[in-house]
Amino acid sequence: MAKRIFEVYRGHEQSGQLESYTVDVDEGMVILDAIHRIQTEQAPDLAVRWNCKAGKCGSCSAEVNGQPKLTCMTRISDYENEGTITITPMKAFPVIKDLVTDVSQNYANNKAIPRFKPRPKDAEDGWRMKQHEVEKAQEMRKCIECFLCQDVCHVLRSHSKHEEFVGPAFLVRTAGYSMNPIDNEDRTEFLKERGGLGYCNITKCCTEVCPEHITITDNAIIPLKERVVDRYYDPLKSLVRLIRRK
Amino acid sequence: MEIREHHDHDVLVIGAGGAGLRAAVAAAETGVSVGLVCKSLLGKAHTVMAEGGIASALGNLRAEDNWRVHFRDTMRGGKGMNDWRMAQIHAQEAPDRVRELEAWGALFDRTEDGRMNQRPFGGHTYARLAHVGDRTGLEMIRTLQDHTVHEDVDIFMECTAIRLFVVDGRVAGVLAYWRPTGEFILFRAKSIVLASGGIGKAWRVTSNSWEYTGDGMAMAYSVGAELLGMEFVQFHPTGMVWPPSVRGTLVTEGVRGEGGVLTNSEGDRFMFRYIPELYRADTADTEAEADRWAAGDRINNRRPPELLTRDVVAKAIESEVEAGRGSSHGGAFLNIAEKRDPDYIRAKLPSMYHQFKELAGVDITKEAMEVGPTMHYVMGGIKVDPETAESTVPGLYAAGEVAAGLHGGNRLGGNSLSDLVVFGRRAGEAAATVAKRQQGWREIPTEELTSAITKALAPFRNKDRQNPFAIQEELQQVMQHKVGIARTQEGLEEALQEIRALQSSLETCSANGEGAYNPGWNTWLDLHSLLVVSEAVTLSALDRRESRGGHTRIDFPDSDPEYGNHTTIVSKTGKQMTTTREPVPTPPDDLEKLIEEGV
Ligand SMILES: Cc1cc2nc3c(=O)[nH]c(=O)nc-3n(C[C@H](O)[C@H](O)[C@H](O)COP(=O)(O)OP(=O)(O)OC[C@H]3O[C@@H](n4cnc5c(N)ncnc54)[C@H](O)[C@@H]3O)c2cc1C
Ligand code: SF4
Ligand code: SF4
Ligand code: FES
Repeated sequence: MAKRIFEVYRGHEQSGQLESYTVDVDEGMVILDAIHRIQTEQAPDLAVRWNCKAGKCGSCSAEVNGQPKLTCMTRISDYENEGTITITPMKAFPVIKDLVTDVSQNYANNKAIPRFKPRPKDAEDGWRMKQHEVEKAQEMRKCIECFLCQDVCHVLRSHSKHEEFVGPAFLVRTAGYSMNPIDNEDRTEFLKERGGLGYCNITKCCTEVCPEHITITDNAIIPLKERVVDRYYDPLKSLVRLIRRK
Repeated sequence: MEIREHHDHDVLVIGAGGAGLRAAVAAAETGVSVGLVCKSLLGKAHTVMAEGGIASALGNLRAEDNWRVHFRDTMRGGKGMNDWRMAQIHAQEAPDRVRELEAWGALFDRTEDGRMNQRPFGGHTYARLAHVGDRTGLEMIRTLQDHTVHEDVDIFMECTAIRLFVVDGRVAGVLAYWRPTGEFILFRAKSIVLASGGIGKAWRVTSNSWEYTGDGMAMAYSVGAELLGMEFVQFHPTGMVWPPSVRGTLVTEGVRGEGGVLTNSEGDRFMFRYIPELYRADTADTEAEADRWAAGDRINNRRPPELLTRDVVAKAIESEVEAGRGSSHGGAFLNIAEKRDPDYIRAKLPSMYHQFKELAGVDITKEAMEVGPTMHYVMGGIKVDPETAESTVPGLYAAGEVAAGLHGGNRLGGNSLSDLVVFGRRAGEAAATVAKRQQGWREIPTEELTSAITKALAPFRNKDRQNPFAIQEELQQVMQHKVGIARTQEGLEEALQEIRALQSSLETCSANGEGAYNPGWNTWLDLHSLLVVSEAVTLSALDRRESRGGHTRIDFPDSDPEYGNHTTIVSKTGKQMTTTREPVPTPPDDLEKLIEEGV
């Protein structure tokens, strides 16, 4: 058993500071285990979210030495050569307390996406889709709503455009609906307007942090951008659209 | 402390897992006002963690499958303890509920001809589990969550219910608090649906999260509802055993469904030695036959013994370890690398691949996993009417893991996810129908409210330095060692004493800090429920002097036909918890015959 020092953010949005805790660390322990150990032995009121402890629910997001991480999937031994391990809340969201942030804006953004709308059934018992046809959408549907991509996206993190831009996670959600072979909804206007797709300048930071390894930029955002471009900026298509409207 | 926030709804649903979400949608569709409360953020309930799949007799792979076969499998798996009518409704309605998920946007894995694919699982005669790799629960909860947010449902996240109120013999409302602020909130409702899940946090080694403290069962019990079959606790045979910090984390049965085999330290595929009489005719008796089945010839070969029901496999692993044939960390070996190629494993079991790689440093496409039993599910819970899911308290409904009856003494894998949508829908509809007939809301007596709040804030006034986490740990040790997978009269009696002692230490325990997002205080509140359900499990286990399904008594190792005719009921008499026995409902002759003789 080794001793490690953890500096953990304690406080609220307006005021707070890093507090230092020394923790006995056993083999295989993850960052979330250390937080729990601090909670049970030293600070029962230390606030943190978690549920599955296996990378499946996306509750335990925080920043470890400044890097956005799922604390339940980040092993302490990964930081063997670093001294103190610093754990702070996600920076893009207001702090409620300690490591817990107010992520409610994400739920509002999700609700703004036009819902899934299936085409008529192919047969009495439903639809027929081949495995290769559903795989693209299935990649999007791996999203566990950890909001780490929202946390690193500079549009949200540095510019706080939460109301103008739904953020990478909800572009992934939108792509998931639109790539569902039986979906019949048109979401281009949403993407351009409320979705704020134009704010994304394809820096790919979101893709780098996604714990589900979703290729957010290449497989979700770029195809969505192409759709919007086709619709709004392709002169021939816009003309057709104008005529159709009449 | 006064309550600043009040809400009135026709139907209030407590819990936003599969059962709660489905109930909320069903109620909202009838046009009544609906509120939905959950302890965590939306989408983080246990349902999100489900891996293997959702069971229903779609018959997409084997046309011979139908509700009768599914019904029979469920009843046999439950060791005679199931409510036959629930099992019948479940088997009949599950296929429509699964197809409905697809209509709401769920994308399950496909068969060659483009239908939903189905995977074999323990105790199911045919491949029956619709799935998405090994993240079926995520697909299901996201589909239901996204469907619900577009319906007319008021959602209250990180809001914990702590006390139900019954006025003039009907449920009238519930007191809750906001986790982020610690402030209290009162909900009045004409009917309430409990969908708050299970009780796993009472054990040391469990696949369950902090939320599983039995709040729904304890709250219902305290207003007079009966709890049924609490002795039946499912220990899943395959939890991770190493490293210590992940001990208990689930390894899906899908690994065995996809061909994974169990061996002991001597390399012996031991499950062949543990085939019970009941399943002998349906189980392969040689490795060669099991391998042919796993390779795809399911018509001419019988199922491998690794796919026996969970109670059987968990006890077999436990026996091997006791006999000194366990792995170095006290488990068995589960190997899929020998049977499937790496690409197949990564495609079918992606989250298992990552889980082992990242948490244990094990590559499951090359090496065996070390696995052992972990507390996983509770078959017992609130006793409900099979048609409406109403508890014994008028206006109070229960669906999902919090309710009992469907699974009897042992649940088949995949039958929980289907349970959630079948009975979640029924509960929501029934709750709404009754609420529509009621004019206005019942007044909740101020004294009852004030006393509930004063009690909830007690740890901030207490001076005792004992911290709630210490009590939780003690309870987990007691339940793990004395009310675990193998039980004895002596152990259970000791456990009962210790649980009662912990109930009194809890009252003097203190919390530091303030009400806002304070896990110490939150745990103190949860512990009240956890101690109630722990006592209920222990008392029920004491009363059943036999072994059956998820309940094993070392001192009574066999099933006793006399106990096969009754279930155990826990209820509150005065301030005391008491158990009584009630006959298991007998199925009509045609179904009885179906269970005994097959389809
Ligand atoms: C790791 C794992 C894998 C599994 N895999 C499978 C599988 O493949 N197939 C299968 O059929 N089953 C599986 N199960 C079992 C199945 O997932 C659960 O039984 C099921 O999801 C429970 O659903 P539920 O709707 O009853 O409750 P949950 O999904 O647990 O939801 C409970 C809800 O109640 C809320 N709640 C609890 N207490 C309160 C309170 N006091 N106040 C307010 N809200 C409260 C919680 O916040 C949560 O929203 C698995 C379970 C686990 C743990
Ligand atoms: S690629 Fe777009 S969405 Fe992703 S981080 Fe960069 S700007 Fe944000
Ligand atoms: S897309 Fe990836 S990083 Fe973003 S919320 Fe989903 S899982 Fe998390
Ligand atoms: S606790 Fe679920 S992802 Fe970390």
